[in-house]
Amino acid sequence: MATIAQRLDAIWGEKPGLLSFIGTVDHKRIGMRYFYTGMLFFVFGGIEALIMRTQLAEARLHLVDPETYNQLFSMHGITMMFLFAMPVLSGFGNYFVPLMIGARDMAFPRLNAFGYWVFLAGGLFMYSAFLVGHAPDDGWFNYLPLGDSTFSPGLNIDYYALGLIFLGISTTGGAINFIVTIFKGRAPGMTLNRIPIFVWGELAMAFQIVFALPMLTLACVMLVLQRKFGFHFFDAAAGGDPLLWQHLFWIFGHPEVYIVVLPAFGIASAIIPTHSRRPMIGYTFIVLAELGTALIGFGVWVHHMFATGLPQMTMAFISAASFMVAIPSGVQVFAWLATMVAGKIRLNTPMLYIIGFITTFVIGGVTGVMFSSIPFDQQTHDSMFVVAHLHYVLFGGAVFPMLAAIHHWGPKMTGRMLSERLGKISFWLVFVGFNLNMFPLHILGILGQPRRTYTYERGLGWDIHNLISTVGAFMLGVGVLVVIWNWYRSKSRGAEAGPDPWGGETLEWATSSPPPHYNFVTVPTVRSKEPVWDQPDLRDGQAPEDGGYALDSGHTTLSTSLLDAQPQAVVHMPHETPWPFYLTVCLSVLFFGLLVDAYAVAAAAAIASAASIMGWFWPRGETQET
Amino acid sequence: MLWISTGVFVVVVAMLVRAVLRGRRTNDDLDKRTIGWGEPFIAIAGVLVPVLILGGVYLFSLGQMNALSTVGAEAKMKIDVIGHDWWWEVRYPNGAITANEIHIPVGEVVRLNLTTADVIHSFWVPELQVKQDQIPGHDNSLWISADEPGRYRGQCAEFCGLQHANMVVTVVAEDRDAYDTWVAAEARPASTVASDGADIFMSSSCAGCHAIRGTEATGQLGPDLTHVASRTTIAGVLDNTPTNLARFVADPQTVKPGVTMPPTELSPEEVDAVVQYLESLR
Repeated sequence: MATIAQRLDAIWGEKPGLLSFIGTVDHKRIGMRYFYTGMLFFVFGGIEALIMRTQLAEARLHLVDPETYNQLFSMHGITMMFLFAMPVLSGFGNYFVPLMIGARDMAFPRLNAFGYWVFLAGGLFMYSAFLVGHAPDDGWFNYLPLGDSTFSPGLNIDYYALGLIFLGISTTGGAINFIVTIFKGRAPGMTLNRIPIFVWGELAMAFQIVFALPMLTLACVMLVLQRKFGFHFFDAAAGGDPLLWQHLFWIFGHPEVYIVVLPAFGIASAIIPTHSRRPMIGYTFIVLAELGTALIGFGVWVHHMFATGLPQMTMAFISAASFMVAIPSGVQVFAWLATMVAGKIRLNTPMLYIIGFITTFVIGGVTGVMFSSIPFDQQTHDSMFVVAHLHYVLFGGAVFPMLAAIHHWGPKMTGRMLSERLGKISFWLVFVGFNLNMFPLHILGILGQPRRTYTYERGLGWDIHNLISTVGAFMLGVGVLVVIWNWYRSKSRGAEAGPDPWGGETLEWATSSPPPHYNFVTVPTVRSKEPVWDQPDLRDGQAPEDGGYALDSGHTTLSTSLLDAQPQAVVHMPHETPWPFYLTVCLSVLFFGLLVDAYAVAAAAAIASAASIMGWFWPRGETQET
Repeated sequence: MLWISTGVFVVVVAMLVRAVLRGRRTNDDLDKRTIGWGEPFIAIAGVLVPVLILGGVYLFSLGQMNALSTVGAEAKMKIDVIGHDWWWEVRYPNGAITANEIHIPVGEVVRLNLTTADVIHSFWVPELQVKQDQIPGHDNSLWISADEPGRYRGQCAEFCGLQHANMVVTVVAEDRDAYDTWVAAEARPASTVASDGADIFMSSSCAGCHAIRGTEATGQLGPDLTHVASRTTIAGVLDNTPTNLARFVADPQTVKPGVTMPPTELSPEEVDAVVQYLESLR
């Protein structure tokens, strides 16, 4: 085995230096970058939230002016959705999907690198808006005509529209990469019914992105045309319709919720069996539930528009679909509960976060069902009740699993254990802080406080609930800082993790922590849903006579068939390359050019982009990707 | 719904507690046995029971939606409510025009025609009715009815820009006689009394944006001020007192930053005169 490993080291190793830094195509390095960059934006979004919560701690406070407040809540939403949740979940996916399916890398490593660079550039593009004081200020939903040039003449909304188009390139490329990787890159023997549930979650997410994101991109292109070139898509006075924007936005916007929670549910399904010490009960139920959610999720967008005066028949259908979409989530919750009750859970930090996830998500789920009821929705819509609900779903349903994943997978990513003591402290701060932060907002919504308000009048009886919420927000913020400190500290002072600190069941635990560039000494043949539990020979690399594929004669990975993962081809993989980075630089110039109406610059950047694509695909002989 | 939700939550927490307690008792060994009750439990608790409960709630809520829409059909009275950045214009069939304040007779169903002059707003008086958006190019409507006399606070629910937070409306429900008196008075033109304040109002930029029926002030950008002194609030959020009015006239930007009305160019004495004139408009 050692000789195979040495040969693979020579083939897959990336030389240190600048070229490797900007040119890396290793899914683990790229995954880590997604993770770190996303967490940085999480901190930014959190600071925005804390400023807002401070402003609302009491009636008529004047910490920030209304314009700043509007930029803060808009950027908080945009950041948490597009710059934190999606990238961090993509990061975990990037890091763990190839490991869990026993591949050497993603199917398209250079597209993967490109995806990260575009995400970084798009995030910087969005945040550069703060430098000129014109961050988007009409919410992440950016309703027209408020977002039109008549009512928002500044650069704010141009940043929004162009930034989202730019980021969409990254997300779309990433989604296609996940789909192909999962369909064609699985280890031999990993038939469809043996795919780890986390991988199913990423797959469901990827398909949703491919079908939902074009709606947002389309809407943003139409918005740019309307703002800059005098089109009238959403202009009622010229025969357009502002509701068209709402439809397009929410056909994307509601699936977006599932884009964020489905991979997070996948994380829960990866952690629960390991720490309950038993296989997941109801694997098929969970997989069908994930896919069902992804499908039904496309039929519920109008429940964001129940107060717009649509015909009752339309609303009745959407209401039914909205009730239905609760069922697959319920199936997953009960499958997790059954597994935990039937198993013997370890009450460690990852499991605490999972328990926090289930309790908070169930609260967000039941209030979500309430919105399916049209009269209830029309009352609480756009009130603080919705703010509470969406945070119970998104923070409860996605951030808690991510925090669990940080403690569960962190040792795999860095090779060092996180501190249990700090982990538990952070859990209680986050759990109690979050509930103090968000639960009172339910009450405020029912009392009549609308969302997106920078202040409120005295004497309405809203003060105490707002104050509790603010206190909770700061407690939550401290909890997040403890998580970050725990991570940072573990890298120097954490105990050695070893390949499999938890006794996990999926393939990422069958290699060292962190894994080598080539992931596995041999690509194993998988014979069960929980290969590491059922195949002890996987731990040190499955020997070729037992079905392991060494693939040590070239920079290659294995391509297998879609349904039953039979080996089909040996695929050459690309080495480090700077072209994705160059292309991103050209595109950044292009988007900045469009932003400031410098169309000559934009045209030149477009030509340079085309040249970069040619450089990217220039034939270089057999060692490059075919 | 609250009780169903609480029930679901209690079941989930109970199972979590059981899992935690069970985990404490035993060792760390793997247990790969299949559990007979596992999948049937998921099918019943995760599919069957939710389908029954959700189906029931769905039919109930459709019934509620239907009931809500049929009540509106019996409305005899119609009022136009037009959303502006960031105030509400209210027009009665008899010609009465007011702002941020809607009077209705107690116990009667009143239909509000909801439109907008600029961006999307949403009319919401939580104690009286659900909300309804006001969207350019769309004619929406909503009925309201108050069983008890009193003042009901409402607020714009759709984000509409800088002063979304201070776009407040008050519904005043009073008995039929009081309502009739009020609406008749509001429909009359202003009682014109010559005064310094009136002269300043007409000759300065005030009249360019505000109408006072019966005078030469016919501006349409801001609220109609024909009977401004009879209202209970200024700009929706201040009590209508001479001090507050003077404060708003002198610099509306301190009360509602971003509001269309600019800080005044009038001297303090002129502001006082204008306030005195406005206070006479009952």
